[in-house]
Amino acid sequence: MRFGFTEEQDELRRSVRRILDGAGGVAAARRTMAAGDGHDTVLWRQLARELGLAGLVIPERHGGAGLGWVELVGVMEELGRTLACVPFLSTVGLATATILAAGTEEQQQAILPALARGEVTAALAWLEIGGDPDPAAVTTTARPAPGGHVLLAGKKRFVVDGHSADLLLVVARAPGTSGADGLAVYEVPAGADGVRRHRLPTMDATRALAEVVLADVRVPAASRLGDGGWPAIARALARGRVALAAEQVGGAQRCLDLGVDYAKVRHQFGRPIGSFQAIQHTLAELFVQVESARSAAYYAGWAAAHATADEADEAAAVAAAYCGDAYFHCAAETIQVHGGIGFTWEHDAHLYFKRARASRTLLGTPAFHREDVARRLGLGVADDGADDGAPSTGLGTGPATAPGVA
Amino acid sequence: MQLRFSAEDEAFRAEVRAWLERQLDGEFRDLRGRGGPGREHEAVDERRAWERALGAAGWIGLGWPAAAGGRGAPLLRQVIFHEEYARARAPGRQGHIGEYLLAPTIAALGTPAQQQRFLPPIARGEQLWCQGYSEPGAGSDLAGVATRAELVGHTWRVTGQKIWTSHAHLADWCFVLCRTSAGARRHEGLSYLLVPMRQDGITVRPIRQLTGTSEFCEVFFDGARTPADHVVGAVGDGWKVAMATLSFERGASTLGQQISFAAELDAIIHAARHNGADRDPQIRQRIADAWIGLRVMRWNALRVLGHGERGELPREALGGKLYWSTWHRRLGELAMEVLGGEAEIIAAAPYALTPLQETFLFSRADTIYAGSSEIQKNIIAARALGLPRGPT
Ligand SMILES: Cc1cc2nc3c(=O)[nH]c(=O)nc-3n(C[C@H](O)[C@H](O)[C@H](O)COP(=O)(O)OP(=O)(O)OC[C@H]3O[C@@H](n4cnc5c(N)ncnc54)[C@H](O)[C@@H]3O)c2cc1C
Repeated sequence: MRFGFTEEQDELRRSVRRILDGAGGVAAARRTMAAGDGHDTVLWRQLARELGLAGLVIPERHGGAGLGWVELVGVMEELGRTLACVPFLSTVGLATATILAAGTEEQQQAILPALARGEVTAALAWLEIGGDPDPAAVTTTARPAPGGHVLLAGKKRFVVDGHSADLLLVVARAPGTSGADGLAVYEVPAGADGVRRHRLPTMDATRALAEVVLADVRVPAASRLGDGGWPAIARALARGRVALAAEQVGGAQRCLDLGVDYAKVRHQFGRPIGSFQAIQHTLAELFVQVESARSAAYYAGWAAAHATADEADEAAAVAAAYCGDAYFHCAAETIQVHGGIGFTWEHDAHLYFKRARASRTLLGTPAFHREDVARRLGLGVADDGADDGAPSTGLGTGPATAPGVA
Repeated sequence: MQLRFSAEDEAFRAEVRAWLERQLDGEFRDLRGRGGPGREHEAVDERRAWERALGAAGWIGLGWPAAAGGRGAPLLRQVIFHEEYARARAPGRQGHIGEYLLAPTIAALGTPAQQQRFLPPIARGEQLWCQGYSEPGAGSDLAGVATRAELVGHTWRVTGQKIWTSHAHLADWCFVLCRTSAGARRHEGLSYLLVPMRQDGITVRPIRQLTGTSEFCEVFFDGARTPADHVVGAVGDGWKVAMATLSFERGASTLGQQISFAAELDAIIHAARHNGADRDPQIRQRIADAWIGLRVMRWNALRVLGHGERGELPREALGGKLYWSTWHRRLGELAMEVLGGEAEIIAAAPYALTPLQETFLFSRADTIYAGSSEIQKNIIAARALGLPRGPT
């Protein structure tokens, strides 16, 4: 039993931190915000090419580093700490995960090496109007067309880094299908005819979201990644949620640190505000939440790499729900602890607060993930009255050992 | 990162499980699920026999060094034992205060003579202990204890009152924090005495708890006696010893307790599916939230365990008590919501509670004993976050 990281994993994290701090930390994010293009290309080149992060989870046979989600969790935590404006979540956490989960070996061989080299960025175009993460909400269609082609038609929204990605992975459904049936993901060059896209103006200016309109975009039928349908996409999303959860941990920790540091130096009534119990107790609660969120994200990262698919998906849902709530709470409370200065544009607290808010709806809300968990527990599905002793915590009195204990 | 138990650990788990099954299907078959929180009055004599069976099989003092009569088992093994104990619904322990609080204290700070005198009977499951800290005037502010002890010849004479003393009516011995000299400051002049309970100078009055049962008592000392050498640590150094004991309070048993929490949550899930409460999306959300909280509690525990056997618990362990007690209290509230109107109906008059009612009522104590939630937050603020001391 070992919960810690190896020396190599720690070294990778330190390297990421060095580069991020060298770029100025959050100041780099502010520069990108002001420039308005949503990307710190210099920083991305350093991270993606020099450090090799673009190929972090890509197998070595496809030109990557062959590492996994345990390493990725450490990287995301660092990116979350400084709100780095780089297309790592989009290209690695979501798109690469999708190609790995859905693509055939040949497709992976064809696409991944360029991603691994950091020459190409990619984005997953999945959500649509309203951002409902339910697969049934996908209305974009993929119609068969003459000459072994398909026509993609629909409007995607909330596409992370979709305005700048070189490659779009579009989730679309076969005509006449509904629910989770008939869904597949298609690889579409961003420059293809009929693709129109623009960056959406967002409250959180540190992460770019785009709208992508597909007006009968014609792609070869072979650009459909594998035939795994929605389950393959769902698996990739679970991976992406682990990545996001880790980013949330990094942000939440930073919020706690900001609050603690300020509470030690700001004096009122002749004493540091950190000596007031109301402030102490607020920060103590944040501490418990941050550490628990970290346990959840780390465990989910480990499960993605080493546990069964079901354990991994379930751990991703747990981490997504817990970390989404924890980050928002930490960010909100750090504003409160700072008082007036926390309400200014100049102070960083609002950047974290807005990132935390945006992250709660990026890949499904905490409530959505809780509903997912409830379904796994057999709740809300018709009870046939038979006492099947069915889905339960798995930790309880039954003979099965708990996940992670098996 | 390696979060599986090893084959050796699994073999140990199988050994524990097999032993528990054999006992609880055989000689002790009436004890399954008896005597837990809120039902300490059940099967008192049979559970005393159970303590001796645990001791005879070598399960008490797993983590103590071999020299102290234990097996020197690492924390991970101790947790496995607790998990299996809970999973088997083995009876509520009577000997836990001696085993988990006093024994480690004596092993760490007692004299060799004290170790030889007191550890073996605890390991055999023969001697039950209670913790004499709290007083009417000294709860969270433990340094306010007023119970006094005076050395008369070779005997301490103890006078004063303790309160909320769990299991005092069953215990053979009590470790008593009391004042042995005036001391310049409040934390000085305290001593940690080991006092036999069955003597004329001690009167025990059980206190009825809100569960209707009596797990704790008032204890009156009126010149109670104990030999001069039954003091742990130096005379006047009792504060340090008392704090050492408290640090053992959040050990292996709390890391393993998620298994019994899981059984409670299973019961709630089961109830919700049967009475249709799970059709209410709010209830579903809350159950899922409880389940998520339990998973995270487990991963927190694995993280503490996976920290390795490097003595000190890691910093994040400071949040453990606050986390589990808050979670458990909320679970009790959720249970009542799920049961709806039926939540009100007890098992039998005059005041026999159902298991979920026990969870609901007894969990109110979780955020009070072993350092209240407010005290936990004070500790986190000071030790984990390094915030400045408050006005005192
Ligand atoms: C079921 C149960 C079993 C127990 N068993 C034992 C036992 O075996 N032996 C034993 O010695 N004791 C035992 N106790 C007593 C327990 O340790 C005390 O109840 C606890 O320390 C709180 O003390 P108190 O009850 O005097 O409450 P108080 O200390 O008076 O606290 C009252 C309220 O004030 C808050 N408060 C106090 N100080 C502060 C502060 N500095 N900052 C913020 N808030 C504060 C508390 O959090 C609480 O909410 C038991 C208690 C319970 C409920």
